[in-house]
Amino acid sequence: MDLRFPLAEPTEAERAAIDAVVGAPGNGNGRVVRGDRHRRHLLLPSLRAAQRRVGWVSEGALGYASRRLDVPPADTYGVASFYALLALDERPAEVLHVCTDLACALAGAEVPDGAHPSPCLGLCERAPASLRTVAGEAPREIQLPETGPPLPQAGEDGLRLLRRIGAGLDPTSLDDYRAHGGYASLTRALELGPEGVRREVSESKLLGRGGAAFPTGTKWEAVARQEASPHYLVCNADESEPGTFKDRVLMESDPFALVEAMTIAAYATGCERGFVYVRAEYPLAHERLEGAFAQARAAGLLGDDVAGAGFAFDIELRIGAGAYVCGEETALFQSIEGYRGEPRNKPPFPVEVGLFGRPTVVNNVETLFNVLDVVAEGGAAYARTGTEGSTGTRLFCLSGHVERPGLYEVPFGTTLRALLDRAGARPAKAVLLGGAAGSFLRPDQLDLELTFEAARAAGATLGSGVVIVYDESADLVAAVLRIAEFFRDESCGQCVPCRVGTVRQEEALHRLASGATLGNELETLQDLAQVMRDASICGLGQTAANAVQSAISNLDVLVPGGAAP
Amino acid sequence: MSAVSVSAPKKVVELTVDGKAVRVTDGATILDACKRAGIETPTLCYGDTLTPVNVCRVCVVELEGSRTLVPSCSRKVEDGMVVSTDSERVRTSRRLVMELLDSSVDLSLAPDAQRYLADYDAKPERFGPDAATVAQEVKVDNDLYVRDYSKCILCYRCVEACGVDHQNTFAIHVAGRGFGAHISTELDVPLPDSACVYCGNCIAVCPTGALMFKSEHDMRADGSWDESRQEVVQTVCSFCGVGCNLELHVQDGDIVTVSSPDDHDVTRGNLCVKGRFGFQYVQSRG
Repeated sequence: MDLRFPLAEPTEAERAAIDAVVGAPGNGNGRVVRGDRHRRHLLLPSLRAAQRRVGWVSEGALGYASRRLDVPPADTYGVASFYALLALDERPAEVLHVCTDLACALAGAEVPDGAHPSPCLGLCERAPASLRTVAGEAPREIQLPETGPPLPQAGEDGLRLLRRIGAGLDPTSLDDYRAHGGYASLTRALELGPEGVRREVSESKLLGRGGAAFPTGTKWEAVARQEASPHYLVCNADESEPGTFKDRVLMESDPFALVEAMTIAAYATGCERGFVYVRAEYPLAHERLEGAFAQARAAGLLGDDVAGAGFAFDIELRIGAGAYVCGEETALFQSIEGYRGEPRNKPPFPVEVGLFGRPTVVNNVETLFNVLDVVAEGGAAYARTGTEGSTGTRLFCLSGHVERPGLYEVPFGTTLRALLDRAGARPAKAVLLGGAAGSFLRPDQLDLELTFEAARAAGATLGSGVVIVYDESADLVAAVLRIAEFFRDESCGQCVPCRVGTVRQEEALHRLASGATLGNELETLQDLAQVMRDASICGLGQTAANAVQSAISNLDVLVPGGAAP
Repeated sequence: MSAVSVSAPKKVVELTVDGKAVRVTDGATILDACKRAGIETPTLCYGDTLTPVNVCRVCVVELEGSRTLVPSCSRKVEDGMVVSTDSERVRTSRRLVMELLDSSVDLSLAPDAQRYLADYDAKPERFGPDAATVAQEVKVDNDLYVRDYSKCILCYRCVEACGVDHQNTFAIHVAGRGFGAHISTELDVPLPDSACVYCGNCIAVCPTGALMFKSEHDMRADGSWDESRQEVVQTVCSFCGVGCNLELHVQDGDIVTVSSPDDHDVTRGNLCVKGRFGFQYVQSRG
């Protein structure tokens, strides 16, 4: 292919920033030379690097990244314009992104002049929150407020996933991680062998914690059996469900545990390369993970011969650029590969055709954290915590009208009411369980047992562990409208039901809220919910009406003649 | 000459479509099986010379055991599948897809879409007079073809035709996101500043008239376009030795547009700028 690169030249600063990602150009005077092809996966990192250097993605930067990676400029433009955090118009080096999402709205978030409103920044326990990005020679991203309240359960017994964090682990020290029992699970895994590890994970009945609750053991077995090679391991850390911050806390405060768990997963499924895909809004998590990778490499715990056990594994950090949909596993692959984050049609499933078209294990951060105890204790022992259908413990992200917001770990089977009591929830008018893709519950539904099976039976979902409390003072109409706006903003635009359906859903809700109705809104919303659920390509569209529908059917929100907002 | 293929014959897969047993070869899609069973399935983004992208979702069918409906254009058949193409669920989704499209896009020059709107009793006006649309100015930036994206349903067919499926020019791509997603050159530059080579193969695959010969656009504007007065003349392109088949669309003795048949082995519907647009000399009467 003979591409045309008609765009302007980059500045020296942009050129250097992109070269730092893709390497210095070869002899071709900046043109594509042999070896530069097939590196399209560096496209998003290149665009990010240019923006972090000068504050935006200029025509010159776009053209230079295209030329260096042999990607058509129109294609690069399609990628750059997909991500909300990439700016294609010049703007100041310093930008403030102010969260206006569910928890921050309850905390009275206001967007000052010149700042950008943002979807959930995953800092709900310290709402209202914002993110300051500073471009330049030493680019920085700062989460505000810089620190939140301490872990509410710090010092408690019985914590598993939060054990080390609760005990005051130093997240920057491999030695301290070891002193807290770190790497005992890898040692045990090496004794068990790959098949033994998979057997324990299957026996543990561990279900994925990202939202879909798929059996982890089944996934690992399926990838391990694939003859095609290489196999890839992907940790989905693109936590973007409004109200969710659990994976951020784990990565920021216990990063070596993720490295150890990924190493065990890779060993069990035959992966030599792992990727952690973290949303761009989590700069401290990036820093802590890079630090952990470096120390693990130096200690021989990542690399060509992991722990002297004769297998190779290393991990690479990949950072998103503002797209909720990239938390969908196939959209995440597209994003890593340098394409627009448009979900793929399934089947084929990732265990057969995943990242770079290869068999791929995709696990959420919290899921991987569970693997450490599964391996250390054995699957059967692990499964004694929780219930028959939901084993182990679960992290819940408490925010909104609660006295002690933050991350809580409870065994499956705890009631929602007990969890709310622990966090000091005020008397609730409604509780949003599971996030924007979850559902609103009434005060009389709070005795719900927190298990996958009980949630399903109640027509709800635990989703990513979101629990947002709305007391009597809360404006539920505003919450429902914000959720509709969120899905409209975050739809990738690929399929008709979601691209247009999320717009029509928001329009109908606004008509109901304003009173200027056509009279058919409830029926229209129900039809939209059905077509989005039945005919959208991915989980985003399929769940884009969940919370809206639950607010209408459960709480009479926006129902003409129904409850007052 | 290449060797004759001696690969094993393809396995036959048997499935049930609307209660009828259908046998197709392995690798076929549910859409292929529907065709075999004589069932008409609405399609918009599907093109017979293009890789299915399954984005319009109008071809969805109900598959037993599947939580959601599945796109028939790209879902491969499997033994024992039980498919319904006319259930209430299927009809509802197809109707909604057409309502969503017609309420946001100008489908007036999309005959297939017009038929589906009627077939599924779509009522796009239900979304009210203020429903957001993609209405915008027609882009007229060259003498050969125009781009009217108020008629664009974002089927990706032009992107595929410009890319690896046909032309390998990569002048356009989908840009933006959500309802703001649109077909674009790099930075939305006009076509003459882009990589476009004016093959017009995007026009050939566009199902809604969003991409159109400038000749047709101008005639429609002045009211002289009249398909009932047009005839199609088959010929072979005279510019080079490849032998592309041409279909000259002639109105009142003048060539007004040019196409090539999809089922022709040489072109698969494609032409180059000369075959597609280089017809003025034929009617030069100077």
